[in-house]
Amino acid sequence: MQRPQSSTEPTEHPTDGTRSDETTNGRERPPAVRLRDAALSYGPRELWRGLDLDVAPGEFLAVLGPNGAGKTSLLRVLLGLAPLSGGSVRIAGEPAHRGNDRIGYIPQQRSLQNSLTMRGNDLVGLGLDGHRWGIGLRHRAARARRVREALRAVEATDYAKTPLGLLSGGEQQRLRIAQAIVSEPDVLLCDEPLLSLDPSHQRRVSELIGRQTRTTGAAALFVTHEINPVLPLVDRVLYLVNGGFRIGTPDEVMNSTTLSELYGTEVEVARVGGRLVVAGAENEQDHHVHEGGEA
Amino acid sequence: MNRLLDALSRIFDFGLTGELLGYPFVQQALLAAAALGLVSGVLAPLVVTRKMSFAVHGTAELAFTGAAAALLIGVGVTVGALAGAVVAALLLGLLGQRETERDSVIGAVLSFGLGLGVLLLWMNPERASNKFTLLVGQIVGVSSADVTLLGAAALVVLLVTALLYRPLLFASVDSEVAAARGVPIGLLTPVFALLVGIATALGVHVVGALLVMALMVTPGAAAMRVTASPVRATLLSVVFAEVAAVGGILLSLAPGVPVSAFVTAVSFGIYLVCRVVGGLRVNRLTRGSSAAAV
Repeated sequence: MQRPQSSTEPTEHPTDGTRSDETTNGRERPPAVRLRDAALSYGPRELWRGLDLDVAPGEFLAVLGPNGAGKTSLLRVLLGLAPLSGGSVRIAGEPAHRGNDRIGYIPQQRSLQNSLTMRGNDLVGLGLDGHRWGIGLRHRAARARRVREALRAVEATDYAKTPLGLLSGGEQQRLRIAQAIVSEPDVLLCDEPLLSLDPSHQRRVSELIGRQTRTTGAAALFVTHEINPVLPLVDRVLYLVNGGFRIGTPDEVMNSTTLSELYGTEVEVARVGGRLVVAGAENEQDHHVHEGGEA
Repeated sequence: MNRLLDALSRIFDFGLTGELLGYPFVQQALLAAAALGLVSGVLAPLVVTRKMSFAVHGTAELAFTGAAAALLIGVGVTVGALAGAVVAALLLGLLGQRETERDSVIGAVLSFGLGLGVLLLWMNPERASNKFTLLVGQIVGVSSADVTLLGAAALVVLLVTALLYRPLLFASVDSEVAAARGVPIGLLTPVFALLVGIATALGVHVVGALLVMALMVTPGAAAMRVTASPVRATLLSVVFAEVAAVGGILLSLAPGVPVSAFVTAVSFGIYLVCRVVGGLRVNRLTRGSSAAAV
């Protein structure tokens, strides 16, 4: 079969044979995400254009870039919440649309209303059928089983019945992953899911997302301002800056030459003890501000 | 003071209470209260989750304005209250789209509505006691036609709430993910405001505009203290609202004290108990989880 290729980057697709592009039943699986000549602008301001991108099933794509480069906007396009100003976008072979159950969404960790009247299994259940009308009295048993499985996959069974308001940020984020995977999506869209977590929880949460891509063949688009916690998991990087972008493996993109070109200024990338340190890139190491406001 | 003691001493005069229960107007009052308890009990946890207590208050004031206008032009008070509450829900929905503004919009609208209501009452040549009841409630004034209207409105609110329940809950606790899943949040917000408006208008009839929060907010707040399950919170909230509404009326019969005094007292009593129970529960849960800390 034809392996989906990204036409903008010169290298081969970085995934190897262990990442199957096929479903378990052997049928061909379309790219989890396919963007063709995609452009997005708000009024006169162009975020990016000419974006061609195929994300293969099971691929882990880190989406990097300074604030306002259109990372969150890209997720909104994939979710069908914002239209492209040019080009096309398909999710698992279908045009992107609102309420797409092929997509699981993992937001930033924020206190969930500090709610004491919602437990982990309620939250995960909403990920399965919260968008449906009615009270949901039918299929309770099947629903409970799927919720249990998702909770087990993120090892959150122990606190599934604890009020959310009493859980730590890391525990809440694990429930978020369960909520996103319970509908067995083809794509996981992660919008800064590690923000405000301590390093050990960052590692835990990214590992769980990485494990999902391997076991279920779901692709992950992982928006982050800090690549290091996910670096071992990343297959490719989409780096967006001021209307330009680069796609490629971490080594191809995260180097001084490429980033200097992209930023149009001197940027130095160094590897220090397995970590990437980027110096000179505007905003790169700044405290992150959520860019939801631009949409 | 003596008047109060005298009245309270009659609370346990079950003979008199039983006798009063034989009157049709008392029975109608209880039916209306039961319908109101059901509707407000179902809505209250969502009102609390969505932080709409103040919106309920503002809506109730405009329901009062509507009722005052209806009294002046000789239309049914219930119809007037409903119209006022619907206008309020639409106004708050239109002007208060931005979350940062919502609070001040409600404050501005409700004070104007209350002032307008006072003016409308002043223009009314009827005797004063009848006007007072719009603010603090007068259940014995509920006619059988009113009960039918209340019942129908309650049924509509319940059916629509049942239809919207899951997306509404999703949007209320977790709006970002709900939006990502395609829940039409922009549509749900005004529709829910409308439902709250209708329920509030029903409440104006029983406990009056000023005290409607005793049924629309307190039972939900109380229930959410003692359970972590949204379903159980709703069931408890209905029980609490029924106990407050129906129980309040039953208690008020023999002493002849205004209904609202008892409804609010019962409601607040339940709330206090639930706070204590809930505090103990959180203590127990946090101790339990810190032992198995991650």
